[in-house]
Amino acid sequence: MIGNIVIVLFDGFAFGMLLFVLSVGLSVTLGLMNFINLAHGAFGMLGGYTTVLLMRRFDLPFMLTLPAAFLAAALVSVAFERTLFRRLYRAGELNQVLFTIGLVFVAAAAATYFFGTGQQPIVLPAWLRGSVELFGLRFGTYRIFLIVVSLAITALLFFTLERTRFGARIRAAVDNQRVAQGLGLNVEWIFAITFALGSGLAGLGGALAIEIVGLDPSFGFHFLVYVLIVVSVGGLGSIPGSFAGAALLGIGDVAGKYFMPQIGSFLIYLLLVAILLVRPLGLFGKR
Amino acid sequence: MADTTRPDTDPLAWIRSRSRWPVFAILLWLAALLPFWLFPTYLLLAREIAIAALFAISVDLILGYAGIVTLGHAMFFGLGAYTAGLLSARLGWGEPISGLLLAGALAGLVGFVVSFLIVRVQHLALIMVTLGLGLLTYELANALTWLTGGTDGLRGVSTWPIFNQFRFDLYGYTAYSYSLAVLFLGFLISRRIVNSSFGLALRGIRENVRRMPAIGSDHRWHLQKIYAISAAMAGVAGALLAQTTNTVALEVLSFQRSADVVVMLILGGTGRLYGAIIGAAIFLVARDQLAGINPQYWYLGIGLLLMVVVLFLPKGVLGGLSRLTGRPD
Repeated sequence: MIGNIVIVLFDGFAFGMLLFVLSVGLSVTLGLMNFINLAHGAFGMLGGYTTVLLMRRFDLPFMLTLPAAFLAAALVSVAFERTLFRRLYRAGELNQVLFTIGLVFVAAAAATYFFGTGQQPIVLPAWLRGSVELFGLRFGTYRIFLIVVSLAITALLFFTLERTRFGARIRAAVDNQRVAQGLGLNVEWIFAITFALGSGLAGLGGALAIEIVGLDPSFGFHFLVYVLIVVSVGGLGSIPGSFAGAALLGIGDVAGKYFMPQIGSFLIYLLLVAILLVRPLGLFGKR
Repeated sequence: MADTTRPDTDPLAWIRSRSRWPVFAILLWLAALLPFWLFPTYLLLAREIAIAALFAISVDLILGYAGIVTLGHAMFFGLGAYTAGLLSARLGWGEPISGLLLAGALAGLVGFVVSFLIVRVQHLALIMVTLGLGLLTYELANALTWLTGGTDGLRGVSTWPIFNQFRFDLYGYTAYSYSLAVLFLGFLISRRIVNSSFGLALRGIRENVRRMPAIGSDHRWHLQKIYAISAAMAGVAGALLAQTTNTVALEVLSFQRSADVVVMLILGGTGRLYGAIIGAAIFLVARDQLAGINPQYWYLGIGLLLMVVVLFLPKGVLGGLSRLTGRPD
């Protein structure tokens, strides 16, 4: 029983870390511009398909496709941001929600057109397959890899935000956009870069997610709900919040489905509503 | 004419001017009767449009007039559908009118309870709470398999003839007449609401939440009332679907349904009741035609349509038309 609990906690944490990589970008961009980008999951899907394409067509090793997934999602997203999304920063939240949902629809249709509706499995390199035995429990190697990568990304994000000049600018812009602008920061430029980085992370998350949850044209929709839960529970613009929210959701989701398969998802949503009613700004939200 | 449309000159005259029936409206309702003669093979689609339009009107009341963005209104639609369905399948009571009223009352009651939560949150948290509540209800219905039939759907619903006279036929004559009549009734009620001073107060809340309490309007109570009314109307729409199809699928509670109805509303134009009807008609006819070719075209089409409407027609098709004809509301 203890063994089961440990494994569930481990799997849940690994899943939570995946959710963190997928959603942290949205949390920061939402905190920065208040732009509700429901197409964030679609950029994750783009990263996933980039990996699939590169591995199948060009026989690239899995590890090399990950940076490519990041770059592809970052470049495409910034192109969208510069041409389309920026028109909607001043529009109401409903218009933002609808426009980006429209984009998810189009992305799903495009993915079906190019790749079909089926799942896109990939073959992992041998050293990521199998499991490691520790204290008589078997831990999946890929999940360990996932946790290590995500923790590295978290550390990198923390360092960038807390210790670099660019990070200080982002924090200033999140805290008070007007004052930051008044002090001579180019908020629009900061936002474009942050948007690209955040979507790039989503792309990376999409590529990492293939092995865990699979990849098909409904990816953008399917993960939308998870990503939104992480962002709203964690609080906008807060990286520790996203981390805590993602870990909580990942563990809760896996534990719920393992111990109470009938009402597992029900409990997750109940928790979501309860947290938002007590703290509408999320657990770590400031504004 | 110019001074009667300006609320600052004479409020009563303005309210009175809103209760007239424009020619366009009368033509629209006459056109709703055309399917009986012109497209008898499409009566089932017409029935679906009427039900969706009633649902869209219910969402318009809270989204278009009171400014509550919701992504979980299928919760009440499904609640109504299951109430009417269970009444017949489990309790053996298939009388349609009382089933409709009971479904509406129950959905309205739940809506009133939920409204206490809704008025507490704004912006993203509001969207997430409505979304969460919608998903929650879906999972609940899925888990209560013994009651709802789960993913297999609820079967064994049989609806008695309306007034013991009109039997539901295979082609949908009765189903469409019934749905259209209920839609018209729901429309009349909504029209009365939005053109009253209560409706004006709602618009005030939509335009400026902070100012309404400052001028002495109990804005939370207004929001709760309209939310409960809207929930009841959504429940009636759901009950209509259950009674005219004699089955309830789990899909009535799905996120897809909540999202679709908002899309319909945006297409037609929010904050105008005819927008809900026109939007439902455009959406469902387009889906029927495009999905017949290939479901993927439908997704591409609806996605592009949404993006274009948001960028170029922020007030929907009807808003664009009224701007073209030079009659801004």
